[in-house]
Order: sequence, then C-alpha cells, then structure tokens
Amino acid sequence: MYDSKKAVRRRRAVLGLLVACSLILLTAYFGESAGGGLHAVQRGFLEAISPIQDGASRALKPVRDLFGWFGDTLDAKKQRDQLREQVRQWRAEALAGEEARRKAADLSKLVGLDRDLGLNQMGPVAARVIARSPTVWFNTVTINKGSVDGVRPYQPVITGDGLVGTVSLNVAGHSAIVQLITDSKSGVSAKVTDTDVTGIVQPAVGAPNDLRLEFIRHADQIRPGANLITSGTSATRLPSLFPPGIPIGRVTTVDQDEVDLYQRVHLRPFAELRKLNFVQVLTRPLREPQT
Amino acid sequence: MTLALGARLAALALGGALLEIVAVSQVSVFGGNADLSPLLVMAAGLLCGSVAGATVGFATGLFLDLALVQTLGLSSLVLLAVGYWAGRLRELRDPQGPFAPLAIGALATLGAEAGYAIVQFLLGVDAPVSWLLAREIVTTVLVNALIALPVYVIARRWLEPSLPDSLRRRRRPARPGLSPLS
Repeated sequence: MYDSKKAVRRRRAVLGLLVACSLILLTAYFGESAGGGLHAVQRGFLEAISPIQDGASRALKPVRDLFGWFGDTLDAKKQRDQLREQVRQWRAEALAGEEARRKAADLSKLVGLDRDLGLNQMGPVAARVIARSPTVWFNTVTINKGSVDGVRPYQPVITGDGLVGTVSLNVAGHSAIVQLITDSKSGVSAKVTDTDVTGIVQPAVGAPNDLRLEFIRHADQIRPGANLITSGTSATRLPSLFPPGIPIGRVTTVDQDEVDLYQRVHLRPFAELRKLNFVQVLTRPLREPQT
Repeated sequence: MTLALGARLAALALGGALLEIVAVSQVSVFGGNADLSPLLVMAAGLLCGSVAGATVGFATGLFLDLALVQTLGLSSLVLLAVGYWAGRLRELRDPQGPFAPLAIGALATLGAEAGYAIVQFLLGVDAPVSWLLAREIVTTVLVNALIALPVYVIARRWLEPSLPDSLRRRRRPARPGLSPLS
C-alpha cells in the first residue's frame, strides 16, 4: 500500500515538474526578444548539431529518395498532363512576349532603369536542405550554409523553380533556418505578370499548395493561369526583401465574394516546397541601380 | 528505472528525433508526411510506463524545438502528454492485442496533432487557417498508423534487453478447462 502511494506521488511529481518546465520555457521564450538567452541557446544548439544533421542527411538521402520515388510515381502521370498543358500555354506566351521584351529593354535603357540584373549577380550561395520541421505549424527548413558563407537574416531563398522563402533570424556559423513562403509569418509583395496588379502573397495554415494573393480589389481583373512574380518594391525607407521578377506561383482560382472588400486569389507555388534538396540564398539581393 | 534502460531510452529519443528531421519529415506520402516522434514516445510509454513515457516525450520535444529553432517548450508539452497517456494506458489496461500499437499509435498521433493545433491557437496564428489542415492531420494519422507497428516492434527490440522483469510483457494465462488434456 505504502509503495503504491509512493509510486503515485512520484508519478504525479514527475508529471507536474515536466509540465511546469514546458510552460516556463514557453512563457520565457515568448517573453524575450530574438536576441534573448533562450534564442541564443537555440542558435548554439543549431551550430553544434548542424554537422550531425548534415552528415545524417547525406547518409540517409538514398533512403529518402527510395521512399520519395513511390510517391513521385503516383503523382507523375497527373503532373505530365499538367506540364504538357503548361508548355502549350507558355509557348504561346513566349512568342507574344518576345517582341514586348525587346521593346521593354530599349525603353528601360533609355530611362536608366537597368536594374533587372541576373540572379548570378546577387551573390547566390547554393545550400543543401539538411532538416525539416515535421509539423504543419512550422514551415521551416534548415540549410547547411550560415554566416561564414555570407548568409544573413532576411536574405531571399530560391530554387530553379521559384521563390522558396527568406532566411530567418536564426543564423549559425554553418547553418541557418529558412522560413518558407508557406510559413504563417510569411508575406511577399507580388505582382501579376500580365496585368501588373500587386498584392501580398500569404499562406493558409494547412494548405502548402494553396497560397493566397491578398488585398486585390474587385475592379482588378485576374485570370486563372496568370503567373505571379515578386514585385520588388524599392521604397527608400522600407525596400522589399525580394528583388523583382522572381517567380512565385500560378493563379489557380479567383473567389469573387461580394461581401469581402477584396477578392481572394488562390495560387500554387512553382517551387516544390515539400521536396527541397538544394536551394540558393541570394546574399546580395538589394543592389544599387547601375548608372 | 535502471541506468542501462535510461541510456537506451535516451538513444531512442534522440536517434528517433534526428531521423525524423533529416529523413522522415522530408518524404511526402499521399500529400502528407509521417511524424515519427509521437510513435516513438507512444512506444516508450507503452513499454516502460507513464513516468518514462512522459520523460521521453519531454526530451524528444525539447530536442526537436532546439534543433529546428521552433517555439521552445511547445513540442515538449505536447509529446510529454502523449507519453504519459500511453504509459497510463499500459498501467491501467495493459492492451496486448497484436494490433494494439497500431490503434494506439494512430490515437497518439491524433492527440499530438490536436495538441499542436490547440497550443498554436492559444498562442495566436498569424495567417488564416485552411480547412485543408484537417486533411493534412488525417493523412498524417493514417500514414503513422501504417508505420506504428514496425516502429513499436523496433522500439521493443531495442529496449527489451534492459527492461526489468516487472516491465516485460506478460502473456495472459491460458484459461483452465480449455485444454483437451485437462
């Protein structure tokens, strides 16, 4: 009887202690700034563990690829049909855009707006994705490049397909956390390519393939299938984090709900955010205009 | 709890969490992905009891929050609840069916996902929440249910050499009168 009571007391004490520790950590973490002690501990831990993560990620890549292959095969047929349709559309758009591009290049030279440099002049640093958060509530990945490689907070991160996200405040020497555009705290100023309508791309938690273009008035015409790129607004006081012209996604549907002040535009990101292996960090995204 | 069992539990928690963030969470299955941590914590609780389950849950959550630079304490709180629940389930009901880990793994995952959602809503979410979140949660629960049994078997094989006799699985005694020789 005595042992049983003792065991119950011990069990409750351990549970209470662990719950209290968790709540204290939660409260303290929320109360402090990004430069606080607990954040510093996290960055130190990230620094210490990133070589292990990097090694384990490389070693387990064949296993990831094997399991990923099954899922990819299931999706392949559907994707092939979608891609064929996209190729047809883009071929027509490319032909139409070629002439317009020639004219635009001449005009931009005339007015001194030659800012549309290639991404290779923005100091791209290639990085490998070594870890990923398992929950839908934290859309972040860890990359194996850090401050030693020139990676700093808020730098844009891209793949060959399009925009991926930004470097978060948590940058260690040899690793960094990237906040994806599907993270609940993300917001990207964007422009619809064919109409120049601008808005903010925001995610919806739980729907990684369904981003939303917010603050679009009902008067603005946006068609499904239109492409979105970063608008790269360059105000002198608060310039955009992203250079202009990085592809973000393609409009899937447009909800014209009359009750709302704005229409709701849904888009699918170009980058496969669930299957990131390599990314590029643009370490010099905000360039002075060349004169 | 012996020192050897504690070391094996620590290795299980840390190794499992590392495997989760570098491999399992990056494999997409049916549009979702498996979440190994509730299954490992469930296995620890089911094999070693509520105190060990809660402790492993807390440690695994702390490791995940530190390594992924997430809100510190969030995963610890959720996973310690899962571990404690699985441990109490063992202590009170001792489920022994061959597919019990499958059902308990699915419930543990559902509990963990619901826990994450509740705490996130309490802390405040900066973006609108889509109804597709429910589909994501259901997908994760189903995928986890599929892998719950092998995860449990691996965890049991790993922990069994250090389990004291009081924690080893007991076989149910054969009911008298059913033997043809009696």
